[in-house]
Formats: sequence, C-alpha cells, structure tokens
Amino acid sequence: MYSDKVMDHFTHPRNVGEIPEADGVGTEGNPVCGDIMKLWIKVEDDRIVDCRFKTFGCGAAIATSSMITEMVIGKTLDEAKQISHRAVADALDGLPPAKMHCSNLAADALRKAIDDYLSKKKGAKVKHG
Amino acid sequence: MKPQIYLDHAATTPMRREVHEAMEPYLLEHYGNPSSIYEIGRQARKALDASRDAVAEILGAEAREIVFTSGGSEADNLAIKGAALAQRGKGNHIITSAIEHHAVYDTCRYLEKYGYNVTFLPVSAEGMVDPGSVAAAIRPETILVSIMHANNEIGTIQPIAQIGNILREKSILFHTDAVQTVGHVPVDVGELGVDLLSLSGHKFYGPKGVGALYIKKGTKIEPLIHGGAQERQRRAGTENVAGIVGLATALRLAVDEMEETAARQRDLRDRLIEDVLTTVPHTRLNGHRTQRLPGNVSFCFEYIEGESLLLNLDMRGIAASSGSACTSGSLEPSHVLLALGLPHEIAHGSLRLTLGRDTTKEDIDTVIDVLPGIVQRLREMSPLYDASTIIR
Repeated sequence: MYSDKVMDHFTHPRNVGEIPEADGVGTEGNPVCGDIMKLWIKVEDDRIVDCRFKTFGCGAAIATSSMITEMVIGKTLDEAKQISHRAVADALDGLPPAKMHCSNLAADALRKAIDDYLSKKKGAKVKHG
Repeated sequence: MKPQIYLDHAATTPMRREVHEAMEPYLLEHYGNPSSIYEIGRQARKALDASRDAVAEILGAEAREIVFTSGGSEADNLAIKGAALAQRGKGNHIITSAIEHHAVYDTCRYLEKYGYNVTFLPVSAEGMVDPGSVAAAIRPETILVSIMHANNEIGTIQPIAQIGNILREKSILFHTDAVQTVGHVPVDVGELGVDLLSLSGHKFYGPKGVGALYIKKGTKIEPLIHGGAQERQRRAGTENVAGIVGLATALRLAVDEMEETAARQRDLRDRLIEDVLTTVPHTRLNGHRTQRLPGNVSFCFEYIEGESLLLNLDMRGIAASSGSACTSGSLEPSHVLLALGLPHEIAHGSLRLTLGRDTTKEDIDTVIDVLPGIVQRLREMSPLYDASTIIR
C-alpha cells in the first residue's frame, strides 16, 4: 500500500533527532490521534541550514517527516513556507488516500517551527532594540 | 511472498492439505445440487448431511440445530437480527459487551436505528465481563444477550457458562460468538448454556467463506436470506457443499488434536509473554493472564505506534497485527483496547501475535530476538519518549 519511496524513508529515515540549540521548534498532531511530529530547524541568513525530527506515528507519518527534512535543508524561509502537504506527498510518490490527512502533518510542523524562529527573532530585536 | 513467521492466526489460518483433499471432489466430480434427486445431487446431499452430523456431534448439538452460513459474520448477523426480529413483539432490549467483534457490535448498533435498545456492558481491565453485570442489566423487555466466548484481539475467555446459568431460567435468548474458540478450546453448547453460537471455518484451518450458527431447537429466528427452503428455511441459497465439507473436516482434525496443540501453544505463548515483558520496558500485556486463548499474545508498547511496528516486523518476515487507528481503518484505535481503560496514545501502540499449530519454538525465539530492538528504534524516534527522564 505504500510506495517504494515511502518505504525507503520509513526504513532509513533521514535527519532523525533533535537540534540542541535550535532556532525554531514546531510540534504538530496529537498522541490521541496516533500521530505527533516535532521538528527542529537551524537558520542562517534566512536560510534553513539544518532540520531534524522526531515522530510518533505510522509509516506515513515517519516518511513524511523524513521527506520534509530533505526538502527544506538549503531553502530560504520563504521557500520553505510554501511547501504544501501535497508537495510532501508528491515527493514520496504519493500516499494512500486514508493517510493524506491524518499522517501528513510535516508541512504544518515546519510552518510552526518557522513561526517559532520568526517570533523569537522579533522578540530578540525588541529586547535589543 | 510468504512470511517466514506467520503470527496472525486469529485473522485467518492456512487451510490444511487434508481439508483441501476432502473438498476437492465436491468442487469437481460431485458438483450436484444437494436439492436435486438424481445421483450426483444425492452425493452432495450425503456429504452435506455427514458434515452437519459431524459439526453437531462436536458441539454437543443435534444436526437440525446447525445452520451453515457464509462465515462468522453472517452467523452473528443471523443470530442477532434474526432473534431480534423474531421477538420484536416480546421486547426490544439487547445486552452485549463493549468488546464484541464488529460483526456483533455493529449489528447491535444497526438495530438501535430500528427501535431496539442496547446495553453495552463494560469489562474489567483484563477484558472480562462480570456475570453479575449481565444479571443487573436484565429488564422485563430484554430479549437477547450476546457475549463473545473469547475476544479476538486480547484473547480473554469469558465466563459464558456462568452467564448461561443466570439466563437458563429466563426466557431470554443467549448468543455467543465462538469464532475464536471453536476448534481451539472445548466448546459444548449444553455446558455453555447458549441458545445460539457462531463459528467460522477459516479460523481452524478450514476454508474461508463458510461458517455455522447453532440454533437450539425451539428458538425462533427470522431468516436474513430468503429464496429457498435450504437449511430448514433459515438460510436460503444453494449450500456451499465443498466449503461445508471442508469446515467439518477441519473441525474434526482440530478437535482430535486440540489437547496437544493447545498445550504446546500455551507453553510458547507464556514464554513469549514473559520474555517480552522482561526485556522491553514500558510494555503491558492486554487481556487476562490465564483465562486467555492458547495462541493469543497482545501487548501495548508505550510511546510507539502499531503500524510502524508491523511494518518493521514485516521487514523481518514476521506477520502480525495491531489495533492502532492506522490498522483499524479509522481515526480511533480499537474499541476493545479503549474498553480496557487504556488511554488512546497507549492503545495506538498495540501488537497482537497469534500462534498456530505450525508455530515453532524457533519462531518465538526469533520474535523475542528482534522485537526489543525494533521497539527501541521506534522509541528513539518518538517525541513522546525521552529515555533520560523516564524512570523505570
């Protein structure tokens, strides 16, 4: 039921783990529903230079998390924010229909991590301001 | 590709070669319709009658009390809808449990739409129905009680005979879904005190697509399928002769070997349970420790999700199942695990391993060998798991 690419990312997930001094952190999902993703980003000059994740969830949840880390590293924040659920699924050669909503939360977690970075940056500016 | 280690016998079992051999003549040369009067029809009729006699004898029933169906789900539907419809002048209250198979659970939910009231009895943390709660739920308008003999997910065997005793003197029909027990543990309709009992051929190494419902004589049942006088007017349609022969053959073999098979499975089951609980922290056994099916093992591993676990086991050639939302086809984890009082996030981490007659010690050794590593790897990826802060 899963594409080879999903199975590849599930079996060999890229960028698993935490970034100790991350610039932004985003969490999406809910353990009650069976899927929760946490994403850490490192930003330099408005560009994502590192991204790592931890996920509790099914095969699709783990594969989409792994996929998005590959997709965003090297992208500017603006480019990264444009990544849609569909784009993540397409990059994995598709997801089973039942998994499109419940297990495709990586793009939301990423946006939350970027927002977290931007609000921290804004707060820092005000402080130093 | 065949899994190297098949541990999903509660889902289905591989058909035995002897069963296939017994069926084959009725798929090929003895193709007659058992309702026809000429020779090949009579051959089919003979095989049908002999199969019915065999199933009846094994269950402690009479041949005319056995109705063959298309499987366990139809048997459950016929028992519940058939009994409810036949007794609608008498009352509209049904008692069942919160952990029934969907074939019973959803059928009761369906009847609620047509004016029946259903009590879904809670179960203990081990998944046991309290016979006292059945007695307490009885109302003047109660017409039917349906409690499964053993649960398909967690393996808990219910005190059916005790419930049967409570109901014996009352004019309330008692149904049990014995799909998981027939052919695995002794089942005698008289000892259990039931009026209706469902079974399914493919759960004991018979063919798929055939089951049976025991209907105690004198029990009124409305048929679900109309269009012929087959099965004493209780189930129309040309009989699945080869399937019925296969079911009876498989049941005979299963019952003859039951004692030895069950003893071997219990040993392997208990070792698997003990070893996994010892080696994998934050693990729970679902279901009752001793009152459980000989081949059933059900765990919940905290901090991980069941489907990921199944995919990893599959990569190691181990076929198993889970009650997580992803595997149940809905957003909710299994209603059985939730009825035990497990929180959602823990119910998502369930794993069911069901042993069969071919399961070997080596198979169990392999599971014990690979499972802890898979669980650990998934936990290390889980944001819910922080090894440094969890105190064992």
